[in-house]
Amino acid sequence: MKLKKFLIFTFIIINFIYINQSYSIEPDVFVQSTVNRASEALNNKYSKEEKIEKLKQIASETVDIKGIGYYTLGAYRKNMSENEINQYEILFEQYFLKSFSSRLAEYSNPEIEVVSKKELNKNYTMVSSVLVGTEQRPEVKIDWRIYKKKPENPLIRDLIIEGLSLARTQKEEFSSIIQSNDGDMNALFSTLKEFIK
Amino acid sequence: MLATNVSAGTDGENSLSKKNSGEVKDCFEGVNRATFKLNQVLDGVIFEPIAKAYRVLPSPVRNGTSNALDNLSTLVTIPNNILQGEFKRAGVNTGRFIVNTTVGVVGIFDVAKKIGFTEYEKEDYGQTLGVMGIGPGCYVVLPVLGPSTIRDTAGSFANILGGDAWYNVTIANDTKHFSDFDYYSSRASSGIDFRAKNIYSFENLEKNSIDFYASVRSLYLQDRQQKIANSNAITETQDDSDWEEIETQ
Repeated sequence: MKLKKFLIFTFIIINFIYINQSYSIEPDVFVQSTVNRASEALNNKYSKEEKIEKLKQIASETVDIKGIGYYTLGAYRKNMSENEINQYEILFEQYFLKSFSSRLAEYSNPEIEVVSKKELNKNYTMVSSVLVGTEQRPEVKIDWRIYKKKPENPLIRDLIIEGLSLARTQKEEFSSIIQSNDGDMNALFSTLKEFIK
Repeated sequence: MLATNVSAGTDGENSLSKKNSGEVKDCFEGVNRATFKLNQVLDGVIFEPIAKAYRVLPSPVRNGTSNALDNLSTLVTIPNNILQGEFKRAGVNTGRFIVNTTVGVVGIFDVAKKIGFTEYEKEDYGQTLGVMGIGPGCYVVLPVLGPSTIRDTAGSFANILGGDAWYNVTIANDTKHFSDFDYYSSRASSGIDFRAKNIYSFENLEKNSIDFYASVRSLYLQDRQQKIANSNAITETQDDSDWEEIETQ
């Protein structure tokens, strides 16, 4: 009886480990699959509006919008009420999706190749890729900060284009708005609302 | 729930250090923003239309112009390689300059690249001062020339104090082979070439920024940080600490 219980327990544990391993996604595979989806969305057979909708869908599934939103706020989060944080989360998601899709929708059939990856720590891997150059534009290096605390559901937290971090740029932009309005978060909310319109 | 998952990071001020703790102050923000606006007007009226016209030129003409301007810039890069103790790079760039100026017809053709020279990376006196450990000082926006820092502006004076061989043979000394016009037209062409290469990036950035001035400042300072570090490894210039404390999974 004891042996039977032991075997059943072992079987469950092995299956659990196997399931976890089989569902974990390597960050480089995740990035390549995401850029392939984005490339398809940017195919010229779609109108600009269709491209934007498809990009928004991809971003919702693959980007840690909430995490980027927190990062972007920096130290100002400390002084915000829960209500303000909730309001910010809603506004930031709309702002991010509009800004992200609008930036990318300008590209047509981009070809991105993943070239390497480097594990920074247990939560982060940096995946390096290149946007293949064309007659109109030179090759561009793009690095992806992948948050992989849940290996089965990796998420993008930052794009670093030729060494320039989009998240950091956004953080400094938000900070500038808050600072120039004497720390009034409502000024940031108004600016975000204006952008989302 | 939020209180347990979220703790605050830095305040988002700019810095050239890896830990962005606000070392680069925008001490003259009011004046800088006004100058930035002036530059935007000048750009809209003069530089952008010229850059757009320049983009209409055939690709070989644009590439040739860009190559020739890069070749001239090696005259500033080489002394900076030496000042930074990068003697091997100085040697490679000297070889590049000789090959491209002769076989490459005054630099129009980047023959050095074709025969296997490493990718060219520009260096300037501002970067050298940074490598020597001199801090950036305040962020400034210069009329026409755009974003800079006190250190980078001071560094650029080295060009007209004998640090740029091209300036020396065109303006500082009467060599009878070159004139002031050659120098100023090459500098103007560099600006137009840069603007033309980035025309859609700027348009896109401006359209999608909620504070375009702050975006440009951030990008300029990040770019300088990257160049001073002389590193292509992204992990060496990115600060991870602010990310570590954000838990969403």
